[in-house]
Amino acid sequence: MGQVLLITIQVDMHDQLAMTLQNDLMDRIVEHSSRGVLIDISSLEMVDSFIGRMLSNIANMSRLLDADTVVVGMRPSVAITLVELGLPMQGIRTALDVEKGIALLRHMTPSLY
Amino acid sequence: MVVSASKEYPVESSEDIVRVRQQTRELAIAAGFNLVEQTKVVTASSEIARNALVHGGGGQATLELVRDGSKVGVRLIFRDTGPGIPDISLALKDGYTSSGGMGHGLGGAKRLTHEFDIQSTVGQGTRVTLLRWKGF
Repeated sequence: MGQVLLITIQVDMHDQLAMTLQNDLMDRIVEHSSRGVLIDISSLEMVDSFIGRMLSNIANMSRLLDADTVVVGMRPSVAITLVELGLPMQGIRTALDVEKGIALLRHMTPSLY
Repeated sequence: MVVSASKEYPVESSEDIVRVRQQTRELAIAAGFNLVEQTKVVTASSEIARNALVHGGGGQATLELVRDGSKVGVRLIFRDTGPGIPDISLALKDGYTSSGGMGHGLGGAKRLTHEFDIQSTVGQGTRVTLLRWKGF
């Protein structure tokens, strides 16, 4: 996959774990000189404002570290709820699955892959 | 309104928020909510539980199955003895929820439920009641 980091969120995370994930991820982006981050949320049955902000933060922080972020696998029930929750998911690119996510990352940074 | 299956849970840690979410999900399933309805009430539950912990300093959640005639619903009551909310109408505004974790999530939770009530007294605490009916 080249320099793409794939994170799969599989547990119902409590808030501290989410913060740890965010911080660890930034270290890894730098450690591996990653230019792309894929966050697989296909196991998440719910995304609340805390998780939403975490995803937004990851996208923004990654951008500062010269990496693009794509969130993949959002469940329809989650998407419907997020819109009604009214959370502005700014700067978050999404794709249906990992394969499409990689294609999107390639499209966003063609010189790399 | 008839209340059945009322259970109280502490909201004193972030693990407690996870448990409240899970119990809300189970209650919503018991009420016969479809997947989207479940997700909405669980998300609302998570928002207010977090408020009680982060802004309220901790408290408790009461999760109830309620019936009113042929209607079935899930009612959630969150209480804390925290500082209270000085300006509730401001706290309900959307702009208040967006900036880096300082928001209250109240507006969002209100949109995800059918009935929403908030009582708050500065220096005493806050009580938020959410109710979502099945099939609406």
